[in-house]
Amino acid sequence: MSDKISNYPGTPLSEKEIRDGNVLSIHDQMPGDFSWDTGVAIGRYLAGLKEGVILGSHCTHCRRTVVPPRNVCEWCFRPMDSFIPLRDTGTVNTFSLCYVTWDVQRIKEPETPAVIEIDGASPLHGIMHKLGEVDPQQISIGMRVKAVWKPAAKREGAITDILYFKPIQE
Amino acid sequence: MSDRVAIIGVGWSGFRPITPEFSYKELMYEAARRAYSDAGVDPRRDVESFITVAEDFHEGTSIFDEYTPDQLGAVLKPMHTIAGDGLHGLATAYMLVKTGQFSIVALEGHSKASNMLTHAGITAYAQDPVLNRPLRLNTHFVAGMEMNRYLYDTGTTPEQCAQVVVKNRRNALDNPSAPYGAELSLDEVLSGPHLSWPLGMRETAEHVDGAITLVIANEEKALALSNYPIWILGIGWSNDSPALENRDWSSANYIKDAARFAYRQAGIHHSYQAIDFAEVDDLYAYRELQSLEALGFFKPGEAGQVTEEGLTHRDGAFPVNVSGGSLGMGNLLDANGLARALEVVLQLRGTAGPRQLDEVSIGLAQSWRGVPTASGAVAILGN
Ligand SMILES: [Zn+2]
Repeated sequence: MSDKISNYPGTPLSEKEIRDGNVLSIHDQMPGDFSWDTGVAIGRYLAGLKEGVILGSHCTHCRRTVVPPRNVCEWCFRPMDSFIPLRDTGTVNTFSLCYVTWDVQRIKEPETPAVIEIDGASPLHGIMHKLGEVDPQQISIGMRVKAVWKPAAKREGAITDILYFKPIQE
Repeated sequence: MSDRVAIIGVGWSGFRPITPEFSYKELMYEAARRAYSDAGVDPRRDVESFITVAEDFHEGTSIFDEYTPDQLGAVLKPMHTIAGDGLHGLATAYMLVKTGQFSIVALEGHSKASNMLTHAGITAYAQDPVLNRPLRLNTHFVAGMEMNRYLYDTGTTPEQCAQVVVKNRRNALDNPSAPYGAELSLDEVLSGPHLSWPLGMRETAEHVDGAITLVIANEEKALALSNYPIWILGIGWSNDSPALENRDWSSANYIKDAARFAYRQAGIHHSYQAIDFAEVDDLYAYRELQSLEALGFFKPGEAGQVTEEGLTHRDGAFPVNVSGGSLGMGNLLDANGLARALEVVLQLRGTAGPRQLDEVSIGLAQSWRGVPTASGAVAILGN
């Protein structure tokens, strides 16, 4: 049917017309501010980071040591109340090279998110962070890394008290 | 084969205006642990499906389901969140059990209202973005307008609404989990500042933090596990058109409809005769009166009178919100309906302590999703 119609009635829309406000829409921005209570386990974890220590918690039932620490073992549903300092070294479990930023800008030097299994924690327990002081092309699964901390005076009890993890030779 | 569904365990954490000592996950864990212990179940072994009621904007986290399994014992099990009130969650749990696929289901709801720093701004996001939000009104205005029209149509007085506050906050003194217990005079309530006239600030429930977990089971498991299973005799929910421009402001028709739905299942024809006591929405004091009328317990305009006469007091013929209601216990956001159901369960079990009612066998819990919504739910429970 459409091939029998040479001219369609109506007015075509361009991106410019939307940009110039010729097409009506309502814009609004949300005042959504939150302040999350960190609680017992994550509160201690963050306090530990401020001191330059990575804390895990231990389940006496399944004998796992997990990081970040929590007050319940998700496998046993038992309370966890022993907090243990772990080392600040570990092994890259997985990583990616991310070529778009948080606010969707394309970048040439990729971001390097990685999960680092922390020494002293049970297998598959690690910290989600970034890698640094490394050529992104040289990163590999299984790579040994160590935390690079902010100077003590600048730490504030946040995951960003660790700047990144860097490769180490052993 | 009988296929009744029962609540076999309850647990809660709170309720306090602020809870800096616990994260929301830790609040949930405390409530869940208590509920599982109460029901005599191990969530890892026995509970087959899990539900939370949560609104992403209240949590500050989208896809909130993702953050719930660990602290409920639900890892590698069916788990989902519904954006609704706690009684919508109870209806969902009831239906899951009714499918025959799940014999034991856990239901959780919580509030970390204290972590919302811009509560008014977040609540305003429930307003229509094109027609209402540009007017930049605090969402409580919806309750002010509803109260005004309700009083106008029914002849209910501001004093009668204030009586609800006096009653519920007095009731809360006997509920150790209720932070807003108080002996107030009618004048003290009426002399408070207005929030959105004719609605006063002292007629509005304050926010609290807390978590509630219920364990729901089929008849076979309920009878095997529990000494006092509380049966879900009927549960209904309904939604009116949300438009502020053309809703019925005075009669909460969605509550009427949800009640009809629940009464039909429970085989109830005369709600006032059949039901011994009720826990109803009182996020704003007038809502208790409006809800009691929508539930068919009283005719329009009568609820205020009988409240003044003491009929709905704890020692009256038809006790309402013996727990203290939301005015006494606080506004638990999505968990409000669970707080209402929790009290009905405790009363029907005979474990409500100093506020225990004598000889109750059927109780009603009703909830509303708060301003600006026109949605609510009703559950009828029996021992
Ligand atoms: Zn364990």
